[in-house]
Amino acid sequence: MLRMRGITKRFPGVVANDHVDLDLYQGEVLALLGENGAGKSTLMNILVGLYRPDAGEILVRDERVEIHSPRDAAELGVGMVHQNFMLVPTMTVAQNVVLGLADLPLVPKLSEVEERLRVLSARYGLKVDPQAYIWQLSVGEQQRVEILKLIYRGAGVLILDEPTAVLTPQEADELGHMLEVMQVEGKSTIFITHKMNEVVAFSDRVCVLRQGKVVATKQTTGTTPRELARLMVGREVLFRIEKKPATPGDPVLVLRDIHALNDKGLPALRGVSLTVHEGEVLGIAGVAGNGQHELAEIVTGIRPIKQGELWINRRELTDCTPLDAIRSGVSHIPADRMGMGSVGGMAVADNLAMKAYRDPPLGQRGLLNRTRIQDFARVMIEAFQIATPTPQTLVKFLSGGNIQKTILAREIERLETVGQPEAAPSLTSERRQIGRRRSRRHAADDCVGLLVAAYPSRGLDVGATEAVRKRILEQRDAQRAVLLISEDLDELRSVADRIAVLYEGRIMGIVSADAADIETLGLMMAGIDEA
Amino acid sequence: MIVALASLLTSILTITLRAGASLIYATIGEIYTERSGILNLGVEGMMLSGAVTGFATAYYTGSVWLGVLAAMMMGALLALIHAFLTVTMRANQVVSGLSITLFGTGLASFLGERLGPASNNYNLVGMVGPRFSPMEIAGLSQVPILGAFFRQDLLTYFLYGLVPLAWFFLYKTRPGLNLRAVGESPQTADAMGVDVTKTRYLYTVFGGLLAGLGGAHLSLAYAPGWSENITGGRGWIVIALVIFAMWNPARAVLGAVLFGGINAVQFRLQAGGTTIPSAYLNMLPYVMTILVLVLMTWWEALSHRIGAPAALGQPYMREEK
Amino acid sequence: MKLSVSFRKRESVSRRATLLVPLASFAVSLLFGAVLLLLSGANPFVTYAAMFRGAFGSGHGLSEVLVKSIPLMLTGLGVALAFRMRFWNIGAEGQLTLGAVAAAGVALYWSQHLPAWTILPLAILAGCVAGALWAGVPAVLKATLNVDETLTTLMLNYVAVLYSEHLYYVVWRAPGYNSGTERIPEYAWLPRIAGRAHAGIFFGLALALLLWAVFRYTRWGFELKIIGQNPTAARYLGISIARNIVVALLVSGAISGLAGAVEVLGLARRLQQGISVGYGYTAIIIAWMAQLNPIGVVFVAFLMAGLLVGGDQIQMRMRLPASVGVVLQGMLLIPLLAGSLFRDYALDLRKVPDGKGDAPADGRAPADGRAPEDRRAPEGRQASE
Repeated sequence: MLRMRGITKRFPGVVANDHVDLDLYQGEVLALLGENGAGKSTLMNILVGLYRPDAGEILVRDERVEIHSPRDAAELGVGMVHQNFMLVPTMTVAQNVVLGLADLPLVPKLSEVEERLRVLSARYGLKVDPQAYIWQLSVGEQQRVEILKLIYRGAGVLILDEPTAVLTPQEADELGHMLEVMQVEGKSTIFITHKMNEVVAFSDRVCVLRQGKVVATKQTTGTTPRELARLMVGREVLFRIEKKPATPGDPVLVLRDIHALNDKGLPALRGVSLTVHEGEVLGIAGVAGNGQHELAEIVTGIRPIKQGELWINRRELTDCTPLDAIRSGVSHIPADRMGMGSVGGMAVADNLAMKAYRDPPLGQRGLLNRTRIQDFARVMIEAFQIATPTPQTLVKFLSGGNIQKTILAREIERLETVGQPEAAPSLTSERRQIGRRRSRRHAADDCVGLLVAAYPSRGLDVGATEAVRKRILEQRDAQRAVLLISEDLDELRSVADRIAVLYEGRIMGIVSADAADIETLGLMMAGIDEA
Repeated sequence: MIVALASLLTSILTITLRAGASLIYATIGEIYTERSGILNLGVEGMMLSGAVTGFATAYYTGSVWLGVLAAMMMGALLALIHAFLTVTMRANQVVSGLSITLFGTGLASFLGERLGPASNNYNLVGMVGPRFSPMEIAGLSQVPILGAFFRQDLLTYFLYGLVPLAWFFLYKTRPGLNLRAVGESPQTADAMGVDVTKTRYLYTVFGGLLAGLGGAHLSLAYAPGWSENITGGRGWIVIALVIFAMWNPARAVLGAVLFGGINAVQFRLQAGGTTIPSAYLNMLPYVMTILVLVLMTWWEALSHRIGAPAALGQPYMREEK
Repeated sequence: MKLSVSFRKRESVSRRATLLVPLASFAVSLLFGAVLLLLSGANPFVTYAAMFRGAFGSGHGLSEVLVKSIPLMLTGLGVALAFRMRFWNIGAEGQLTLGAVAAAGVALYWSQHLPAWTILPLAILAGCVAGALWAGVPAVLKATLNVDETLTTLMLNYVAVLYSEHLYYVVWRAPGYNSGTERIPEYAWLPRIAGRAHAGIFFGLALALLLWAVFRYTRWGFELKIIGQNPTAARYLGISIARNIVVALLVSGAISGLAGAVEVLGLARRLQQGISVGYGYTAIIIAWMAQLNPIGVVFVAFLMAGLLVGGDQIQMRMRLPASVGVVLQGMLLIPLLAGSLFRDYALDLRKVPDGKGDAPADGRAPADGRAPEDRRAPEGRQASE
């Protein structure tokens, strides 16, 4: 019923879609599989009118159509649920659903809308209260609102962009049911994903994109996850990284019964207790929004602790500032790399120096040594393979992966100067040329570096992801402590030594990574405690 | 005794409403502008330019209504520049608004020194022109205290209809819904088919229209006439009043009454011969504005209920992945 | 054949645009000014020529330009410092006024208790302190309670001006004058160097260099830059935002207060009406035109002073209202703001065959360089059509 033929879309420096052909039949569920940057989102954005293709055409029921805006797409019955929900938090569900509808009367009667929503909600199994305000709803409920919105407006083709990224395994199953109802109703669905198991569980057919081209379109039943992965990446993917056995030592980070509030003033952490030892990686699993951000922020001093104790390197730091945490040996790779981890309007060299500028050799007595900062930057750019035209280039011009590398470089450099610099790998010798680091206010010699990494490989391609994970393991092998927060269970199982599951601000359980399996973790992530 | 008190209150209320009318106009305009996500700090410039244009037009044509129209056009024109700079050219909204004020203020002085009759060296200051005189509504105006509402000029009477209409439009109609969405989450509104650019332009210009109208009230009803500092910083106070009103047109009246009231009290005290130096009395509105701001900010921190449009002050661009 | 206009996000900072844009926008404002002059019945060429001659064509004119450039330079520096932190300090006018008040107060009334040679330095110091405090209050309000600084600084302007008027019309009024205080004793005078231009210029130039060095070579300047660009990152990096805002604003206010002090001590030598004619507001234009660069502020202040002096001259010669200069000045920022788009985006003019010329899907300029939220750094995008 829907065909995309020869779609090509170019951006400066990259061809996002290269003569892509896609067919969608009525009543089917099609999975669009590919890595980050493969062109899936671009293709779908073209379909919903957010982008215009440079070449190619779209046919709906064998008739050529031009989709110039989301409105055009909506008229054709094509709608998309994006990863970032398009909802107005201060309005109700009903208001959000009818927003922008052309045929809405001047003074709309919301009660009618609400009634119709209740009917649709029941039919599709998408339970939600039409009078509730969006800010009151959970992420899963908000997603339901998004889907209802499209159905209400008469969508015949639904596009879901990474729908299960924000759902627990159980909610994901519910989504699966909904997809079945869609099929019965004669609606078609495309969902974008990079997770193999979803493809297998939900789709009828799967289309694999790699570097802008379609590499395969198959019946889901006629293929395996391994084959799909190979098609997606182009080489045999190692599902497990080579990892030395862990030799955990003394505790570096200790949390005892931590309570903390989130930005809205609601409890985000309710009695979290955990320990991270030197030489180990403790992974934190859980669906986003269960307290992970807050956990990273209290350990790094950005968020106040309401109750409980925080110990880092045997020093109590419950009421600490970010600077205290930094001085105690804590490095932080934040989840929000542009909003928190870097300053886009400043140079790469400056960003690299942003944690080291207070102390010699880069800074002394309130002054900055610009020459040394430049040298420092050059060393780091080389060591971490940061692709930037010059060290003076503004960070905002870098790609996401390179920004993350910049942050990584800065944070890992910090770790190497905590405690015993002699034990640190590669960097130290170059840094000895720049100038020996000595600081009275720096962490004492018995301190061990703690790395807090929040979603470090989010949005990165396979090459960059591997690099990030390698670096994390390097630090762990150097007997430093790592707290790794991630939504990728495979990443946790391959990098972490132990995995703790966070659900609604509580630790549901801590398991050894070798022993952890998806089902157990999934249950804990959904709040079910088997023990 | 009670009669004297009632009479005092009535007279204070009368002056309050007269002083506050221009504030209400401009506040409602600014509420609508900010609801679309655009911060407009140019209100002061728009009110001043509107005042001088309105007065000059009325002076030469003899018609107050043409004056009002001219004032509104002037305000709208300045607002159009601001909209162009902030929406299309993505300029910093604070600096853009400030530049409009600087320009509007300078322009108003210039016109005031240039548009006058030759007999007065082309200066408009001191000229007497047509005005909106207070029109008492027979019977109702004699009611104690509330009678103050019926002793106003025509422009103020319009407000009695405008305020409820502005409230209704914003909260109960489809365009009002679209407007609120644009200010809260322009990405969402855009994705749902609302034209964000058009909306922002429209309501910014609308805000300018009303700001000009507020200026016209000053030069054609309140003062009347033209003088260089006719607004006395009202345009700035309007910005604070919008926050005080929590972006709700109905509440705009409260703030205007508060500040109009201060003006009235100032008059009263000075007329009654007080020992407080006039400078300190004149400082009252400005100090009050600061206090109001502190209060509102503090309350917002406590309750998160003030509800500034979430996207206020940020330029919008279609997201690209 | 159609001409297609589109914007392309730049992939690196363009030197050319950074220099060209302010110049081009200045030219555009001159153009608009010419239109305004035409409409008011004056010949723009003659007017502009007269302005230029009046300001730069004579020794007297030049010294007057210097005179005006002193307070403009100083307030411009103060405002630029604050703006770097995205703290919209519109209170330079009030800070300058109170600086003048404090300096005059010390010069007039402290001489009874202290040796004569101390009065001048103390008066200058008092001016700085007064300005600092006046900027400090909104800074503290912002740092602790997060009260928006645009309005608080602005409201304090009105309060400061009213207070100063109260002083020189009432409390400190010298007998026999309609308004204004007594003359300040001679030992408190700031020496003049050329015509009416006074030693305050040295303060201005020195401060400009100092600020430039601070931003480039000190830790504090580095931290201020980070706070202005990304407060969240500043927090994450352990930089104390509240403390830095307050300190920076105290300095900013002190500089504006200094401007007021040197005006009183060097130029007027009494406290009177006209101690400031909107310098604090002009400072905003100067700071923005100079792109918040301290060295740039010096040049732009000079230019602006030329504009104002030229405006005064033509008022006397051509019977145009004095506010011509003010209007022109007010116009300067508008084209500059419009032009700032070109710093981040390049204009793409292409000829395209007809048929592809429909309304574009994503219209004008694509993903920006301003809003921080969910921007992933793009590799440079191109809007089709």
